Amino acid sequence: MAHLKLDIQKISRCRELAESISIPVEEMIKAHTTIAIERTTLRLIGVNGAVKRNGQWYPEVNAICDDLHTDLIASEKGNLPLSRGVLHYFVNGMIQKKMTPAELGKAVAEKKVNLLKLPFAPDSEIRALAKSLCEKGRDWVISSKKYRDDLRKEVGDKFDPEGKNGPLLYVIVATGNIHDDVTQARAAAQAGADAIAVIRSTAQSLIDYVPHGATTEGFGGTYATQENFRIMREALDDESRKLGRYIRLTNYCSGLCMPEIAALGAVERLDFLLNDAMYGILFRDINMKRTLIDQHFSRRIIALSKIVIHTGEDNYLTTADAVENGHQVLASQFINERFALNAKMTPDQMGLGHAQEMDPEHPNVFLLEIARAQMTRDIFPKSPIKFMPPTRHKCGDIFYSHLMDAMFNFVGVLTGQTIQLLGMMTEAMHTPLLQDRWIAIRNAKYIFNGARELGNEITYKPGGMIEKWAEKVLNETHELLEMIAKKGMFGAISERAFAEVKRTETGGKGLDGVILRGPNYLNPFFDLL
Amino acid sequence: MTDPKNTGAKKVDLKKLKPYGDIMGDGTLQICFTLPVEASAEAREAAVQLTEKMGLDQIKVATMESVGKGFSMFVIYGNLPHTVDFTKIEVIKVDAEKRGRDELDEVIKTHIGRKLVVLGACTGYDAHTVGIDAIMNMKGFAGDYGLERYQWLDARNLGAQVLNEELIKLAISEKADAILVSKVVTQHNIHIRDLKDLMSRAAKAGLTERLIFVAGGPRVTHPLALECGFDAGFGVGTKPSDVASYIVEEFLRRRERYDGIPNPLKVDAAPTEARTKISKAALKSKKGNARKKLTRKIEVKFGKAKKKSKKTSQGRKAKK
Repeated sequence: MAHLKLDIQKISRCRELAESISIPVEEMIKAHTTIAIERTTLRLIGVNGAVKRNGQWYPEVNAICDDLHTDLIASEKGNLPLSRGVLHYFVNGMIQKKMTPAELGKAVAEKKVNLLKLPFAPDSEIRALAKSLCEKGRDWVISSKKYRDDLRKEVGDKFDPEGKNGPLLYVIVATGNIHDDVTQARAAAQAGADAIAVIRSTAQSLIDYVPHGATTEGFGGTYATQENFRIMREALDDESRKLGRYIRLTNYCSGLCMPEIAALGAVERLDFLLNDAMYGILFRDINMKRTLIDQHFSRRIIALSKIVIHTGEDNYLTTADAVENGHQVLASQFINERFALNAKMTPDQMGLGHAQEMDPEHPNVFLLEIARAQMTRDIFPKSPIKFMPPTRHKCGDIFYSHLMDAMFNFVGVLTGQTIQLLGMMTEAMHTPLLQDRWIAIRNAKYIFNGARELGNEITYKPGGMIEKWAEKVLNETHELLEMIAKKGMFGAISERAFAEVKRTETGGKGLDGVILRGPNYLNPFFDLL
Repeated sequence: MTDPKNTGAKKVDLKKLKPYGDIMGDGTLQICFTLPVEASAEAREAAVQLTEKMGLDQIKVATMESVGKGFSMFVIYGNLPHTVDFTKIEVIKVDAEKRGRDELDEVIKTHIGRKLVVLGACTGYDAHTVGIDAIMNMKGFAGDYGLERYQWLDARNLGAQVLNEELIKLAISEKADAILVSKVVTQHNIHIRDLKDLMSRAAKAGLTERLIFVAGGPRVTHPLALECGFDAGFGVGTKPSDVASYIVEEFLRRRERYDGIPNPLKVDAAPTEARTKISKAALKSKKGNARKKLTRKIEVKFGKAKKKSKKTSQGRKAKK
């Protein structure tokens, strides 16, 4: 594979800066929990039911945590029930009522038991039971991972994080109805897709609970629910066996329920999760602290389950000029890498994202795109790089659009990208038709096959346009990281360091779900994951 | 039109317009669709029969592809016998002459003397800010600077997922002159529901007379925006200056209508070819086509405004 000659010392310096940027953030993370983390904890010990509220399913974990979390804003003293951790109250409830987690979860959600009005067992007894419950939760994640590993072995799996087997063909389904999604996903797999992403209903990231059960209506996508995960994975298991080729499943691990989705994804055997340390802050206006605390716990679960995350740096290119913003992508990749390492993830789990979004009429645009793609590959050699297709400059001319996707596929195979999200010629028109996906897969197969070894046959001209562009982007990245390190992560974001978006430490959604951990905070998962 | 004996190149007959492949009047059409049946001789025949039902002649199946178990895709060519009379086509367009940023700044400075307040937002659950960002943000789109860059516009991008209720409140508290709403997500026609909801709230708050409401998005058209109660709609490829041109012109028109201050941009002569506008004839036209239905709807909806705006020559024609 042809490589770019890059300044190794500068790359090391960028990594050092990312680490120093993460240190104060990690301290903040360690001092807090969030209502979403507490809900996740309950889910992992087996509370996964729902109760009807206003005619809709509302998760028991929300009902339980909401009750323990009331009056937070008025108090702000940190001596609220959840500052001890939900397990303290819930496990005590199990002891007092002699109930299983599922039974107690239902009883509390139906308001038949009030956790705050029970006598308390000795702390040591609560801690011991909590530990054994969390160990079972951890084992649930491990056994799901094992099932997935076994299935991959059974049916065959060519995935290689370093991209040595050529880019993986990744397509999306987005009908809004999980059963229609299954039909579309199966057809895509039969046509040659290696991974299916179920696009989530618009703005689910801002709903502070995970909807319950199978869903048949969504906006711009399908709701992420545990049952929807199960239905789709079951179909893909079946399809993988029929095709003799493991088909991966992707969903979104972002927004106000980020850690819960990580847990549900882990136990329902998802393969990929879209998970970014900063995306929620910048593009969904979710509070900084909430996002960063949640991403850490999510990634701890992900680290254990060996799910591969995909980061969302493509967004820096769709919201701002892609020619000018390459350095924001790279800086964010370094930061995402650091936060993932801090959560015990390994490089082969970090699907660092970027996209081919430059103006197609920019002079020598492919040279610049090749430089961007190749430098991402070369700077993160062990990571499964996720390459996303043109969207910003797409319009209704489906023929031109198809050609843009072909060139995107060409850059992808040439530069050794690992996961290629295939462009749709009807991008910017409607969610993909079955035929759109088939046409896209045929396009990718043709180019990935025809240019498979091209990257091994060429070298980049020293001091040429491609190398110079990569050097320029690396230099700008270094400067940006120096600035962020100086101002601190929060300060930098409040001064528009990324995507020209300004966010403040106390702004955004979900801050009321951030809880200072008390001295007796109980959550064995922090030791077990 | 098709005269096989005539070997010379034919000119287009605008009274009988039909698609063009390589010979004038051939009516060539290419279509692509998927049938939810396995690719087979029967599937091919079914595709041909469906194409015949569309009214096409000389049907050629270019390809039948198996696109998944139980699905076959077709690319088909055929000739369309139907024609339309191009000379009778009427389209409702946004009524504004295109002006550049400097000129618009100058117009506001000279004739209005204060900054026009423009609020932009993606409303409802819509989180896709690509459109509103392209119009509002400093940088703009395709070399055309965004509204934030206009010296005489106080343009504020409120971003994604702004609730209609909130937007109406802000419109009042910020004394907005124009509201821009971007809608990208269109599943189950949620964009139409959201747009109509905003306008019914605006009507209740008594804002529709002076405040200019503009909708935009890849699936938004001017007639659709009008149908939802907006004043104008802009689709794909719209530049910030297109929107700014409309806002400034519309502001001056309304000022003339309600305050009697003459509109300095008014063209005294009859509408010229260069001006894209909704002609009265287009709206009053009884010649049957889809537009008629739309016009009628608008007439009903804006029945009240009808009387008033009759007095003005240029005012809110779309809404009569």
